[in-house]
Amino acid sequence: MTVSAPRRTAWPVALLAVTRRHALATIRTPAVVIMSVVQSVVFLLIFRYVFGGAIGTGGLDYVQFLAPGLLVVSMLFSVIGVGGAVAEDMGTGVTDRLKSLPIAPSAALVGRVLAQLGLSAVTLLATAAIAVAVGFRPGVGFAGLLGVLGWCLLVALTFGWVFILAGVATRDVQSAQGIGFVVLPLTFVSGAFVPAGSMPDWLRGFADNQPVTVLVAAARWLAHGDPRLANASHGGGYYVLVGLTWMAAILLAAAVAAVSLYRRR
Amino acid sequence: MSAIIETERLVKSYRGRPALRGIDLALESGIVHALLGPNGAGKTTLVSILSTVVRPDGGTARVAGHDVRREAAAVRGVIGLAGQHAAVEPKLTGRENLRVFGRLSGLGARAARHAAESALGRLGLEAVADRVAGGYSGGQRRRLDLAVSLVARPALVLLDEPTTGLDPLSRRQLWDAVAELTREGTDVLLTTQYLEEADALAGNVVVLNEGGIVAHGSPARLKSRVAGETVTIAVDRPEHAAVAAQSVPGDCRIDAERMSVTWSSRSGAREALGVFADLGARGIEVRELTIHRPTLDDVFLDLVGAEKPEGGGEPEGAEQPEGAGKPAGAGKPEGGR
Ligand SMILES: Nc1ncnc2c1ncn2[C@@H]1O[C@H](COP(=O)(O)OP(=O)(O)O)[C@@H](O)[C@H]1O
Ligand SMILES: [Mg+2]
Repeated sequence: MTVSAPRRTAWPVALLAVTRRHALATIRTPAVVIMSVVQSVVFLLIFRYVFGGAIGTGGLDYVQFLAPGLLVVSMLFSVIGVGGAVAEDMGTGVTDRLKSLPIAPSAALVGRVLAQLGLSAVTLLATAAIAVAVGFRPGVGFAGLLGVLGWCLLVALTFGWVFILAGVATRDVQSAQGIGFVVLPLTFVSGAFVPAGSMPDWLRGFADNQPVTVLVAAARWLAHGDPRLANASHGGGYYVLVGLTWMAAILLAAAVAAVSLYRRR
Repeated sequence: MSAIIETERLVKSYRGRPALRGIDLALESGIVHALLGPNGAGKTTLVSILSTVVRPDGGTARVAGHDVRREAAAVRGVIGLAGQHAAVEPKLTGRENLRVFGRLSGLGARAARHAAESALGRLGLEAVADRVAGGYSGGQRRRLDLAVSLVARPALVLLDEPTTGLDPLSRRQLWDAVAELTREGTDVLLTTQYLEEADALAGNVVVLNEGGIVAHGSPARLKSRVAGETVTIAVDRPEHAAVAAQSVPGDCRIDAERMSVTWSSRSGAREALGVFADLGARGIEVRELTIHRPTLDDVFLDLVGAEKPEGGGEPEGAEQPEGAGKPAGAGKPEGGR
């Protein structure tokens, strides 16, 4: 037995190593990156050119209405995959090995989120570029575009934690992926593609009060600066504030639950 | 002499079903320890507790003097785990895996690079170092997994079924790597379902069955539990088997159909030749004489109460393990560290 002090890995070092591992793994699975970008761009084009003409937004050009909302929605889709990946690690012994290492459990999960955020960023930039190419012109100019992009990354970070929680809680790839389907009602029954006001009352009650509608309205305000153009009932600052509150609450709850479930042994 | 692993009344249940029912161990530093047992015996559970991955329901466990519950961080800082399933990142190359896990094990950037090269060399992975692990053969992946577990030079390496599913050549390579480790002073606890593996690698074997320790000791000592050797002499006529039985010193079993007698002997060859000569003097022809040396298989099957493959002799002296005595390797550590 070699007598030496137990090793201990500093938090930032562990974070960097975990992030590096997942980022490299993602880059080396180009299909994942391509699918994420293609899905997002296809949604954009279908709504812009197929459904767009039939959707009334009350003043705003549909592409100006659609683009900020679609970018927010893309962020939700871009992080779904992390749930299955986390669950897979838990099933194959990778997590067991990580738990046997002298690192903080939170570093393992935060690193995972950061790497996933890389995929979200690529998806976001590609989709935003195409959106501009098909006519998206933020009313407040370039600063508006930057505002939307930053906002979208916060959305990705928040929901990244939600799906990490799904993976850690289920420890099962299929179940974690199944939970990913919650993004369908969250995104389609929201103000992202159509004004929530156009929905029947019972749906509208859900749409108006769920976070994605708020996050989308805030993104629209960041892009165009005038909430009335987005057919919204409140001022833009309201949506940003409520949106931030939603994200802080979701992120905090999901991250705390995920880390404590992950630490469970 | 200090104990690298100590457990007392360690228990763990999964959904009310016991996986470990009170494990007492005092494993000293300096020799390879093998946990031997069939599927479901509790090997992985025990290794998981020792590596702080699973929390025990009761009892205590200490690794290198650190309590796995209260001082989990310290335990993690002295061990390397290679679990039952190879846990390397398939999209990273062998070298990248080793560097990433080196960093995660607490090595600095330069030290991790250096350790990665040395681990690649020790496990003979230089040629595939820059290929992604997902493309490795089963044996290469296992060796990389082992390399990862020892990249930071842990004091104790825990290997859960390191050779299960490997072809004979890969198994040999892994055995060599483990032997090399111990020469360098790293302590090793491995689990296995293969008796020959425990025999080949371990100085101390702990036999686990249904969550309890059923025997422990050096392979030689365990083998000596099964009395000596089993001798079988087959003769030419059924009635001659009865005659042969009279020449056997002590008890024996007559198999009329096979025209043979079988008995256990502590000095198989000498007794066999005595009986052989005796029968020759009476003019009885011996068709066949076999002396079966006990293997760990015999011990194992005997201990876990399985049917013996052949109707061999009753192994006298294969008594039950001596109660709560702590299994120790080549001598029980006195009074702890
Ligand atoms: N995570 C788990 N959940 C439920 N039961 C488990 C779990 N892990 C092990 N068991 C049960 O505990 C017992 C011991 O399992 P294990 O330690 O894996 O044995 P071994 O590694 O010797 O094959 C088995 O009955 C197994 O089914
Ligand atoms: Mg096992």
